[in-house]
Amino acid sequence: MLASFTWSEFAEQIVSGLADGSVYASLALALVLIYRSTRAINFAQGEMATFSTFIAWSLMNHGLSFWEAFPVVLAISFVGGVAVERVIIRPVEQAPVLTIVIITLGLALLLNGLMYVIWGGGDRPFKGGFSSSTVEVAGAHISIQYIGIIGVLALLVVVLGLFFRYTKLGLALRAAALNPDSSRLVGVRVSWMLALGWGLAALVGAVAGMMVAPLQFLGPNMMQAVLLYAFAAAVLGGLDSPVGAVVGGLILGLTIDLLGRYVGYIGSTLKLPVALLLILVFLFFRPGGLFGSVATRRV
Amino acid sequence: MPRVKLALEALAFLLLVAVVIVLPQVVSDFHARELAIVGMYFIALIGLNVLTGYSGQISLGHGAFMAIGGYTTAILISDHGMRDIWTIPVAGVVAGVAGLLVGLPALRLSGMYLALVTFGIAVAFPQVPKKYEHFMGGSSGKSTGLYKVELGFHTTPNRWLYYLTWAVALFLLAAAWALLRGKPGRTLQALRDSEVAALSSGVNVAVYKTAAFGISAFYAGVAGSLFAISSFLVTPETFAILLSVYLVVGLAAGGLGSLSGAIGGAALVFYLQNHADAVARWANHLPWLSVDPKQQGISSVVFGAVLIVIMLLLPTGAGGLLQRLLRPLTTRLYTRS
Repeated sequence: MLASFTWSEFAEQIVSGLADGSVYASLALALVLIYRSTRAINFAQGEMATFSTFIAWSLMNHGLSFWEAFPVVLAISFVGGVAVERVIIRPVEQAPVLTIVIITLGLALLLNGLMYVIWGGGDRPFKGGFSSSTVEVAGAHISIQYIGIIGVLALLVVVLGLFFRYTKLGLALRAAALNPDSSRLVGVRVSWMLALGWGLAALVGAVAGMMVAPLQFLGPNMMQAVLLYAFAAAVLGGLDSPVGAVVGGLILGLTIDLLGRYVGYIGSTLKLPVALLLILVFLFFRPGGLFGSVATRRV
Repeated sequence: MPRVKLALEALAFLLLVAVVIVLPQVVSDFHARELAIVGMYFIALIGLNVLTGYSGQISLGHGAFMAIGGYTTAILISDHGMRDIWTIPVAGVVAGVAGLLVGLPALRLSGMYLALVTFGIAVAFPQVPKKYEHFMGGSSGKSTGLYKVELGFHTTPNRWLYYLTWAVALFLLAAAWALLRGKPGRTLQALRDSEVAALSSGVNVAVYKTAAFGISAFYAGVAGSLFAISSFLVTPETFAILLSVYLVVGLAAGGLGSLSGAIGGAALVFYLQNHADAVARWANHLPWLSVDPKQQGISSVVFGAVLIVIMLLLPTGAGGLLQRLLRPLTTRLYTRS
């Protein structure tokens, strides 16, 4: 069953699993930010992230370096996310969840088509902010890029955590998500908090997109597979728990990489079905995910 | 008066039957084929309506049940030499059993969790035929061959497909209507509106929710079987994830819990998929727009934009609109004794 096992290769797999996992984690975090306030899954999250990455690509074609383009793209994505909420989500804030889900599906199709129209369909290389060479640690070749990805996303999670925990705006955001009616009574502008949540989600997604693009090629469909894993990660961790999204993403990245590498029968074809099956089985025992809350219902 | 309502609904159904019979006489052979495919979407949407519209469980993965139906038909025809139309009920039953199996764990999940799990199933399903190549034909697919044409009198293959599909669709519509207008329908709606209240009133929640999943998957399986017959070949791409997405789109656009709205949803999904370029050409007449309808991506832009606009204008779908338009009429009919 175990094909040619060495400890140094195992270490390399762990690092690449964690790097993949932190990408899933950040996109899952973006999903959770929106789910907490809107109670709907944003199916356009992947396309929004790809769109941001394309903006970065255009900026870099105009002579900016990756790290110069980075903050500009984050700002554009934030504003874009807020604008999307104001224009197409706000009118249906009170509508059934399915309506909001369908609108995000429509947005996903729209953005995907727009990317084909603006930038064309071909896949292109994207030069990231980290060197693609490796360092040798105790016989294992660890990619600097992977370490960089893990570092950036860890930093993002810490900054977001501090923002939500220690700023007044962060508190208002949490309050609006948790109990909109009471928050409105104490003067929180709940509707704008939703827009802010969308902006933050777009920003987090943009980071994920710019981190994952150098690992593969940049094309309009780049984030579709990642989005699936992010769905799985968010469900695994609990849809309303940001901590759960991060933990779920890391667990998923590690599990998929190790299963695909070491269990011959699964290989690369059955990687996705097996991961989903495991999550289904897990949900059977914990329907709210790892950290999610299971709502008690009132008659 | 319920009797007036019953009579009105029966009348509407007869009218639909008449339209279905007459329509092929006035449209071209090619359009008959298109309408047949609309009918397949319609069948799947009736099923999805039983699940999402009535019992309130959101499934984003009904394409997977269509795939199960389609593959059942293809395997029965090509490996066991079965006559194509007899595979349709078998495909429905196989998909229905699969639906019951998914429905059991679904009892533990609610709302978006269930939506995402079913979405995951539909995404993962195309990998299965690739892995079990000897049985399901791998990525090159499994052939169902040309379908046999009956009704000898001047019937082309496309018209035969049309009559076959719509006969099945009307039968299944009547069945769903008969089932949902009585106690089972009310029970499912009660479940959707408040599971706890339904439970306290003595409803066996587990049985009803699982049954809704099974019935809904049966409908999807029948639609998938017809889909397979009409396209001569099933491949993993026949039932790509986009199919599941289109089904939910059709459901929302048709209106949750509205069987008649489902026809509108089915037509919208089919025509937006295949005739988005016509919308793009039409949009060119607007003074500030100039788009090339053949450009890659334009059809997605149109599909997405139209979808968003429809949902913003009609959050309850075509069925909801119909209900609002007819309300002055129906309230008068139903309230006066």
